[in-house]
Amino acid sequence: MYEENDDILGQVTTSEYKYGFVTDIESEDAPKGLNEDTVRYISAKKNEPAWLLEWRLKSFRHWQTMEEPTWPNVKYPPIDYQDIIYYSAPKQKIAPNSLDEIDPELRKTFEKLGISLQEQKRLTGVAVDAVVDSVSIATTFKEELAELGIIFCSMSDAVHEHPELIKKYLGAVVPPTDNYFTALNSAVFSDGSFCYIPVGVRCPMELSTYFRINAANTGQFERTLIVAEAGSYVSYLEGCTAPMRDENQLHAAVVEIMAMEKAEVKYSTVQNWYPGDKEGKGGIYNFVTKRGICQGAHSKISWTQVETGSSITWKYPSVILKGDHSVGEFYSVAVTNNYQQADTGTKMIHIGKNTKSRIVSKGISAGRSNNSYRGLVQVGRNAGNARNFSQCDSLLLGDKCGAHTFPYIEVKNNTGIVEHEATTSKIGEDQIFYCNQRGIDTEAAVAMIVNGFAKEVMNQLPMEFAVEAQKLLAISLEGSVG
Amino acid sequence: MLRIRNLHASIDDKQILRGINLEIKAGEVHAIMGPNGSGKSTLASVLAGRSNFEVTEGSVEFMGNDLLELSPEDRAREGMFLAFQYPVEIPGVSTTNFIKAAVNETRKYRGHEHLDAVAFLKMMKEKMKLVQIDQSLLSRSLNEGFSGGEKKRNEIFQMAMLEPRLAILDETDSGLDIDALRIVANGVNQTRNKDNAFLLVTHYQRLLDYIVPDHVHVLYKGRIVKSGTRELALELEEKGYDFIKAEFESAEQA
Ligand SMILES: Nc1ncnc2c1ncn2[C@@H]1O[C@H](COP(=O)(O)OP(=O)(O)OP(=O)(O)O)[C@@H](O)[C@H]1O
Ligand SMILES: [Mg+2]
Repeated sequence: MYEENDDILGQVTTSEYKYGFVTDIESEDAPKGLNEDTVRYISAKKNEPAWLLEWRLKSFRHWQTMEEPTWPNVKYPPIDYQDIIYYSAPKQKIAPNSLDEIDPELRKTFEKLGISLQEQKRLTGVAVDAVVDSVSIATTFKEELAELGIIFCSMSDAVHEHPELIKKYLGAVVPPTDNYFTALNSAVFSDGSFCYIPVGVRCPMELSTYFRINAANTGQFERTLIVAEAGSYVSYLEGCTAPMRDENQLHAAVVEIMAMEKAEVKYSTVQNWYPGDKEGKGGIYNFVTKRGICQGAHSKISWTQVETGSSITWKYPSVILKGDHSVGEFYSVAVTNNYQQADTGTKMIHIGKNTKSRIVSKGISAGRSNNSYRGLVQVGRNAGNARNFSQCDSLLLGDKCGAHTFPYIEVKNNTGIVEHEATTSKIGEDQIFYCNQRGIDTEAAVAMIVNGFAKEVMNQLPMEFAVEAQKLLAISLEGSVG
Repeated sequence: MLRIRNLHASIDDKQILRGINLEIKAGEVHAIMGPNGSGKSTLASVLAGRSNFEVTEGSVEFMGNDLLELSPEDRAREGMFLAFQYPVEIPGVSTTNFIKAAVNETRKYRGHEHLDAVAFLKMMKEKMKLVQIDQSLLSRSLNEGFSGGEKKRNEIFQMAMLEPRLAILDETDSGLDIDALRIVANGVNQTRNKDNAFLLVTHYQRLLDYIVPDHVHVLYKGRIVKSGTRELALELEEKGYDFIKAEFESAEQA
């Protein structure tokens, strides 16, 4: 770990959002705007079965009856849903049969992002599904995983290759009607990843999906579905970046996780969508619904997120603890700088007996940003001996930013124990001076103090991504002190 | 090595240092004593570059550079070390990683190669022996939950690791038990050589039994009002500061 720490210090001096480039590729877009024809267009592009088109249309009709939520502690001008392109696909000659057939420009894009689509690079031990704008362009290690019965493919492929599974589980954890953005997503979702781990299988490598918005004026609406059968295990990671653009772009994703008896799913996110510039211009609206259900007894779902990007983040990765003795965890670091806004947290819904949940949230605010933790812990009538522990810490850099905590606790069974601790601290001038006096400059000192603050969460990340995440924290706070 | 001339410094328009003159040469050990609130820690902070103090007059030369022009981190990298009277805690940052960053930043500044993990560990092992500090303490978050004595010992450990040219020890002896005092003093004596220098701020002549100073100064109301040898410390121990205060007040009136 020592070596890595030094690299981070070195990285702090490199500035700006380094993923902001645009790849010059031709794309095929749906006409701007949203109506039933848009939904039909997307479904037709993907050659979808009739039931799925119906499902989309139903979602769309429901969405039309809904109102955009206004309760989050964030501010933004009204979104014109008719001014967005809902489908944009990089124009590839044909669907690539092998990784060698991928458009070289796209391949270069992923190389620039530091993501290997070369299966030869086995050392990384990570299987990747790469999604650009509305479509998945490549999934690596597919065959190797298939030997174990693991399905890891794009959502579009899954619809054709595993229709029975998709039909059974799509929307089973997050119904289309759940909220405004899930209804929208269900109507127009374009791609995403599907992952199925059969009974008793421990997935031998990290599975990851890398999302990239490239085209202008488009929204990204992907869905991820993970089904972990009894006794299985999988660790999943999602990463995302987008070019720098002056206008805001909407990202409304849905992630669903189903964990059967004794299954364990670890889901990690390193969210680094373009955050907008220093004046708050541009950036991604990241309105995401993530939910897992611990369906079987002794199952476990763990969410870890490092949120540094997006101009606005609205997301509450949640766990429904249905199976007895099931465990839900939420580890979060949310960084906001300049004019970024984040309203994020979790819901732990205890239904089964002896269920446990743990929430560790670390909010870091700098500049004129606003960072809110919003969390619900609910203990149902039959959830005997439920336990929850929540720890919400906020760290402030400077005095123009805000940190807020909104914990909601509902306990309907008096054998439950729910604990909540919260702290707010400022990076002290004396801490920075102490570092300076040891030859560590202020930028590096801030990076160090912030990483120390977030350590408990960073430790939850898979090794392969922990280093990148540490760097991200440092970079996203550049220039925020002194 | 260090030449302080007519140094005045204030905080929030409150004058604290009122004309300090002091010269420290390589190989020397100076001790500064003086009543509470006389400005000893302020002098240390101003030398280290703490920005809330404003230097209103005077100059400081360190290793041939205008010290006051340097950023606090460059002063440190030039070889100035301050063992803090009240070391701060940094949660989640292991002491080892902190020191590693400090060592390598300084090396980078001086154009030396980055120490790799193995070389660093070797160096740590050596210095750990010197101040008899435990590995388990160094794996913990920096100063977090350390006892008063452990914090002080950690300061001396950092000093040993950074091998400064000038080390300012602000009451490092306060709050140490007798054994720890001996260990700290031993750490200083072992690192002491003809090329480096020490400025010890202390209230107790006892420390000076272990670390024998070349010069002893008394700071009072922001000025060095008396300088002498070790004997001065003994005299102060015996008589207290009253005689100095009296001398000073009458000189003021004259
Ligand atoms: N941040 C500050 N704001 C206001 N006054 C200060 C500040 N720091 C120091 N002072 C004042 O400056 C004077 C000198 O303080 P300093 O800490 O240098 O004394 P000292 O000689 O180190 O005392 P001690 O022996 O108690 O450590 C005191 O009157 C103190 O109250
Ligand atoms: Mg003092």
